Amino acid sequence: MPALPLDEAGKYVAGAYVVFVALILVYVAIIGTKIARIEREISELVSEDDR
Amino acid sequence: MYSKGFAPLAWATAVTLTTAFALVFFYAPLDADQGFVQKIFYVHVPMAIVALGGWIAGGVMAIKHLRGGDRSWDMRSYVAIHLSIILGVGVLVTGAIWAKASWGHWWVWDEPVLVSFLVVFLLYCVYYPLRFSIEDPDRQARYSSVFAIAAGAFVPLNFIAVRLAESYTHPRVLSQTGGNLPGEMRLTFLVALLGMTLLFVTLWKLELTAKNASMQLKKLRKRARVAA
Repeated sequence: MPALPLDEAGKYVAGAYVVFVALILVYVAIIGTKIARIEREISELVSEDDR
Repeated sequence: MYSKGFAPLAWATAVTLTTAFALVFFYAPLDADQGFVQKIFYVHVPMAIVALGGWIAGGVMAIKHLRGGDRSWDMRSYVAIHLSIILGVGVLVTGAIWAKASWGHWWVWDEPVLVSFLVVFLLYCVYYPLRFSIEDPDRQARYSSVFAIAAGAFVPLNFIAVRLAESYTHPRVLSQTGGNLPGEMRLTFLVALLGMTLLFVTLWKLELTAKNASMQLKKLRKRARVAA
């Protein structure tokens, strides 16, 4: 198959890099949510202990 | 414990990946055969190599767990396998995009590299139901480690089998003669591979830190309940 012209190839290349970045962002967001939950639970534990 | 050296590692990852992408789009020449579409190579292939390496590393960590009985090695193995599966999803999607752009099809069933990666990926998808169907933590860790070792041994065997296959539609990147990459492309590829490896290690440490913090918190809650 002959090489695609730049304007047509661009969307495929952009698509591949967007998939990569999106995967990493979603993963980091999920871990970030978990860390935020842990922080909240620690705060609750500390406030329970204070009482 | 796991967060030691995390900040410099994260910075090194960010700098290396940014450099890699700058090299991809401003330094590496266009491929004479595929043109601009070949730029997908610099994200797809490093992701595949790191995913396969992560699965093998998961197997090695599982061996450490079974030999020493330290459950933290099982956790390390689990996170490495989990991350490799996520990268594996990226490999399959970016591979499909590349296949569509260069071969005109999203998937080619008679191409050994694609199908063998899918087989390895599906094999590791079994890891989750196996692991989480066992409630007893010690048995869970032990059975998961056995799976990780067996599957980890399958990865290089699979790689060798593909090498011995006759179809060579897929480009060869790594070979004893250094593949067919010109200097600029090889440098860009190696920087991208380094960046991807650093990203894997950074995310591995991040998830281990979160899991460890969660376990410590559970222990604290238990102690607080007992004290109350």
